Amino acid sequence: MNKLKIILSGIVKNNPTFVLMLGMCPTLATTTSAVNGAGMGAATMAVLILSNIVISLIKGIIPSKVRIPAYIVVIAAFVTIVELLMKAYLPELSKSLGVFIPLIVVNCIILGRAEGFAAKNGVLDSALDGIGTGLGFTFALTLTGAVREMLGSGAIFGHKFISGDGMLIFVLAPGAFLVLGYLMVAFNKLTAKIK
Amino acid sequence: MKNTLLNMILVLGGISTVAAAGVGYVYKITEAPIAAAVEANKTAALAGVLPAFDATTPAELTLDEIPVTVYTATQGGNVVGYAVETATRQGFSGEFRLMVGFSPDGKVLAVEVLQHAETPGLGDKMGNEGNPLFASFKGRNPGEMNLAVKKDGGDVDALTAATITSRAYVDAVARAFNAMMEMTGGPKADAATGATATADAASGATAETTSTEQEKEADNE
Amino acid sequence: MEYVLIIISAIFVNNVVLAQFLGVCPFLGVSNKVSTSMGMGAAVVFVMTIASLVVYLLQYYVLVPLGIEYMQTIVFILVIAALVQMVEIVLKKVSPSLYQALGIFLPLITTNCAVLGVAILLVQKQYDLLQSVTYAFSTAIGFALALVIFAGLRERLELEDVPRSLRGTPIALITAGILAMAFMGFSGLV
Repeated sequence: MNKLKIILSGIVKNNPTFVLMLGMCPTLATTTSAVNGAGMGAATMAVLILSNIVISLIKGIIPSKVRIPAYIVVIAAFVTIVELLMKAYLPELSKSLGVFIPLIVVNCIILGRAEGFAAKNGVLDSALDGIGTGLGFTFALTLTGAVREMLGSGAIFGHKFISGDGMLIFVLAPGAFLVLGYLMVAFNKLTAKIK
Repeated sequence: MKNTLLNMILVLGGISTVAAAGVGYVYKITEAPIAAAVEANKTAALAGVLPAFDATTPAELTLDEIPVTVYTATQGGNVVGYAVETATRQGFSGEFRLMVGFSPDGKVLAVEVLQHAETPGLGDKMGNEGNPLFASFKGRNPGEMNLAVKKDGGDVDALTAATITSRAYVDAVARAFNAMMEMTGGPKADAATGATATADAASGATAETTSTEQEKEADNE
Repeated sequence: MEYVLIIISAIFVNNVVLAQFLGVCPFLGVSNKVSTSMGMGAAVVFVMTIASLVVYLLQYYVLVPLGIEYMQTIVFILVIAALVQMVEIVLKKVSPSLYQALGIFLPLITTNCAVLGVAILLVQKQYDLLQSVTYAFSTAIGFALALVIFAGLRERLELEDVPRSLRGTPIALITAGILAMAFMGFSGLV
């Protein structure tokens, strides 16, 4: 398979958020600002790449009946490692993402890619798939975060462009659902046109 | 590999051992930086609410079942101020924690919001610079104030459209002041000194009794 | 009083799905029909309550004494996965009728982040045993409540003429947004 295609597929055609609709919890919860969304996306991408690589390496020695628990152990170990590293070197970001860092474990994207791609493909392809899917996820989260921040706080990446408040509802819980819903509509329209 | 019981146990056990070892290793590496980050966070909060100091001594108190820590800051052996880590449970979204800095004579120097879940854009303005809540306290001794928001007949300007947060903020600052007074043995701003013993720090009536009480004391001096 | 606060806060004010965004996947996935959403809700109540008990004991009698709290995520997810399997096996033997009602939802619960999320949160909030179980139970009730209401809304929505590009998940998300707005009315209750 074309290497570039693997990466692109994760970003557009199989975008984990807008198309496959996986990993909704962190998408909604951590996108109160573009920076938070990007941070969550990057943390997930790190876990995704590492677990994809390791799983494609060890896929040969895992008996098929225990493969899911085995994958979960690998993923959970990487999540804990990322969590510890973030606490140590990015304490601010780790505080604002809170419980959603350990919850990367149950993000369906990661187990989904492990089972659906890494278990069938070589190491390099699996790593590329991790990068592509991770980028797609990060892109979706940053975009959602940016839109919510713009509408909700009148700022972008922390820089205010209007004085005063934005429409608060977009930073609050309902705004997350609304923005993601409409972004999905826009994404569907755009990709339909390209096709 | 084949699905024999031995295989499954061996593989799962092996993966778990390697995973646990890896996590344990990273934990060992990050232990010191994590502790340093927590410490730096606290030092930054202390430095943010206090004048220059070279040492702090913490003391843990419990007021109204809420743990409060009073840091006595000293510079060359002289007390230069107190920083009190305080909390309230009356916030709009539950508990929030503040760090309040006092001068040695009990005036509020600065307030930092340590942790909160108040509504963004409304209640969370209590953390902004120059917000009316903090402005009401700045440079004043809470013991000489009528500790309630203006709506309840007090001296404190509330945040627009966030009265509950404002009341809770007053409650937290009052608790910080009382904790400091308990440390230094001074008169409290709460029901503890007053004749009317209602425990609600936010109610204007109680605070009023207290301030008149203190005016009397001032007169006596 | 304290327990009443925990219960009201967990069900309405900090609703697990609509305010904390835990368990959104099953919330969107299993909400096409009221009857299935009830089954899912009941299964979550069942598993989450038991999981909170097990996780509490594990945290304070195994992880803390050994000084390996940082292994929390790995241990919790494995225990929850194993627990779900066990509940499935026991239920099959003890009450086949209940198994028939809940059975198909049980495997889905392992990847329901609400269960792991609540397990981590109750440790973070430093609840004691009774508080933990109360918190988990009422959180699960909140999940079931939101799920059933949402399924009711979507059943109605099926009959409406929704613009093509909004069909499916987008309209579901927008509906959920409006429902979350309604739930915001509960804030300030405690």
